[in-house]
Amino acid sequence: MRGVLLTGALIALIPLVLVIFYLLQKGLSSWSGSFFTTDPNGNFFGNPGGIRSAILGTLEIVALASLIAVPVGIGVALYLTEYGGEGRFAGVVRYFVDVMTGVPSIVFGLFIYIVLVLAKVGGAFTGWKGAVALSLLMLPIVIRAAEVVLLLVPSSLREAALALGAPRWRVVARVVLPTALPGLVTGSLLAIARGMGETAPLLFTTAGAFGLTFNLSQQMNALPLQIYNDILSPRDVVVARAWGAALTLVALVLILNLVARAIARRSVA
Amino acid sequence: MGASATTAPGGRSVFQRSPASRLPDQVLKWGLRALAAAILALLAYFFIRLIGQSEKALSSFGLSFVFGNDWDVSRNIYHGFPLLFGTLVTSAIALVLGVPVAVASALYVTELCPRRLRGPLSVLVDLLAAVPSVVYGLWGVFVLAPKLEPIEKWVASTFSFIPFVGGQVSVPNYFIAGLILAIMILPIVSAISREVMATVPAEHKEAALALGATRWEMIRMAVLPYSRPGITGGVMLGLGRALGETIAVVLVIGNAPVVGHSIFSQGYSLAAVIANEFGEAAATPIHSSALFAAGLVLFVLTLIVNIFARRFIARGQRGLRGTGATGVTVAQAGAPE
Amino acid sequence: MIPPESETKGTSEMSAAGSPSERAQEAPDLSALGVKEGAGHQVQVSGLHAYYGQVHAVKGIDIDFPANEVTAIIGPSGCGKSTMIRCINRMHEEIPGARAEGSVTLDQFDVYGADVDVTSVRRVIGMVFQKPNPFPTMSIFDNVAAGLRLTGLKSDNLRETVHKALRAVGLWGEVKSRLNEPGIGLSGGQQQRLCIARTVAVEPEVILMDEPCSALDPIATLRVEELIDELKERYTIVIVTHNMQQAARVANSTVFMLDGELIEHSPTHDLFTVPKDERTERYVTGKFG
Repeated sequence: MRGVLLTGALIALIPLVLVIFYLLQKGLSSWSGSFFTTDPNGNFFGNPGGIRSAILGTLEIVALASLIAVPVGIGVALYLTEYGGEGRFAGVVRYFVDVMTGVPSIVFGLFIYIVLVLAKVGGAFTGWKGAVALSLLMLPIVIRAAEVVLLLVPSSLREAALALGAPRWRVVARVVLPTALPGLVTGSLLAIARGMGETAPLLFTTAGAFGLTFNLSQQMNALPLQIYNDILSPRDVVVARAWGAALTLVALVLILNLVARAIARRSVA
Repeated sequence: MGASATTAPGGRSVFQRSPASRLPDQVLKWGLRALAAAILALLAYFFIRLIGQSEKALSSFGLSFVFGNDWDVSRNIYHGFPLLFGTLVTSAIALVLGVPVAVASALYVTELCPRRLRGPLSVLVDLLAAVPSVVYGLWGVFVLAPKLEPIEKWVASTFSFIPFVGGQVSVPNYFIAGLILAIMILPIVSAISREVMATVPAEHKEAALALGATRWEMIRMAVLPYSRPGITGGVMLGLGRALGETIAVVLVIGNAPVVGHSIFSQGYSLAAVIANEFGEAAATPIHSSALFAAGLVLFVLTLIVNIFARRFIARGQRGLRGTGATGVTVAQAGAPE
Repeated sequence: MIPPESETKGTSEMSAAGSPSERAQEAPDLSALGVKEGAGHQVQVSGLHAYYGQVHAVKGIDIDFPANEVTAIIGPSGCGKSTMIRCINRMHEEIPGARAEGSVTLDQFDVYGADVDVTSVRRVIGMVFQKPNPFPTMSIFDNVAAGLRLTGLKSDNLRETVHKALRAVGLWGEVKSRLNEPGIGLSGGQQQRLCIARTVAVEPEVILMDEPCSALDPIATLRVEELIDELKERYTIVIVTHNMQQAARVANSTVFMLDGELIEHSPTHDLFTVPKDERTERYVTGKFG
């Protein structure tokens, strides 16, 4: 029986090994200086270009999404742990945040499409709308992780601060948040890593572009979008670019994941 | 802090603080409460708008939208059973393939694995979740599908007597999609199973072992019954994930709006159709509405699955702990081999 | 009057066991604080009732805590002693569902009055807890300064204040070379004295102590008790303890509580030798509790 279970555990790891193996095998060859410094072009012939606009687009969109999701998420988590407690409203909020984690990412894209894109709020497809869709996806992750971490702050610390005569907002700002900081960072990084890899929410909010732009009110490129578009191209060089871009994306995501776990492990020590 | 001195007998001050400095506390409390309420309101609003956009298609096609088998873009007929079928079939395949592996790996990590391997092994399985779905799709299209084709053909011809297996094999098909989904839900099911199994009280396990049970018998008698509700909850969460996965599926399912005759046929799914047909639907209101309606069906489906999943997980955390049922099962372990 | 301060290396007070000279290494130096000797503040509790939801934990208590004296509260577990002192600095109401009725006056000023600001009450009535709880993200210096920073008090010379507080609790010699190190790096007894320094730094008038020595080893306990003896010159002290010998050592008078009620309040010596109430007698002779 031990053998069966061990086999099961090993089978679980095979896909990870295979994916990384093929990514390295097919993607590394695309990596080059120009790969990272040129933008993709839509040409049918010749050099298809690199993925610069995709990388920068991803970084910009995810940065904006994080700017929304992380503070709001920590704020809601603070409400749940410091003010809401066991109350009925807090219970309802918790329930729906939990439910929110199960909503398919494409549905979030649809939500934003209906509310912002169709209504043509500030343009049609824009980078910032994609960021909003991603932030919806990241929000429940941040809230859940933050709540766990905030609850881990011993109540004796809150008591000590209150007994000194501190108003509750100072207790939160000067004692609770600093103590919980490593865990909050970990949770946020994991949420950001998740947001970075999502394609569906961007499909009808940002829609993609070729050229490089720093203007979030325009259509922007992003790594997942670039990969998705390139996969079904009949041109081999474009497919090769997809592999290179996929390797880049996975590298970014894995680095974020490992950094997040390292921070978590260090704070426990 | 503006402490206005109140001269009481003895000339002492303190105790009355100006209302201004009460402000930050009130602002924080009500601000955060409003934030949480805003999120709930936002969700409700989105739901209502989605229903609004789906209305056209739903009223035109009624129940046939979900149960009719005819999704034809050229004639603007949108009966979405093939989509629902594909969603359900691929998710079922994902569960059948993924859950045993996930539970087995969770059991291995919590019960049998050497202690120092436990951490790294868990991290590796969890890292499966970090891989973006588009990368799984890419790998599926170029590596998995072509490499598995000969095997699928062999299975289809050898086992053609089993319903739903025999027949023509397409390269992108339900099976490949289900397989990739299985890989994607592995980390969720495994992580929750691990968590639940780790909370099994040591006394129950020790009692089984002390009765002479082998390691496997102990697992069957003490660990699995205790963990069952939690694992079920984890499986349902994985199901929710599989139902809603878009990109990986749209790349390997074939995007054919038909009800396939075997697991190796091409098909479609609710999420895939939205991603795939979005561009061309923009010009046709009824088509767009049909896609929104597909999104609505998907949303409601995943909502229901998630709500039940939470209930199971909650029950798992409360349940067996207090009933002593595990004690009874352990006592029934019977004679050692 | 102040014994010479000598440098201590060790973090464990157990290793400093033994000779009285080592134990009296650094006497608490309260002259360092600006508080006048004998500047007394008395606390009067009258008609105090405390509830946890429906549970009636404190059932109508009247106690006078004389100025510059140590009053001990003893009683079996669950008798309401911790609840009662938490009503004095209004910490009790921080628990969801908990409430208190009655009045607690500090020098004729009712802390439960209508317009009273709770945080000011707590600054003036300090509290030391059972388990030492220095703030883990702060250094020793920052921990002592925390009270001032958290209450927004402007201190003209923060460093002065912190140093004085550390001297006041007899920690200065042990930590003066490592003020920037984390507060949690100290031993249990040192941490508790750090918490007392933190409390003293905001210049309270009353200090409440909820079983302050239960988590400490005997040597550390004795040092804290010495400190309490010094502190009462400046502050009014109320100490909850389950250790009757401790009450006998430090307290001027002792209160015995049972089931949320006040049974007896007498000078310590009398309570232990000639208790007035039969229940007190049974408790102090160890027949129950």
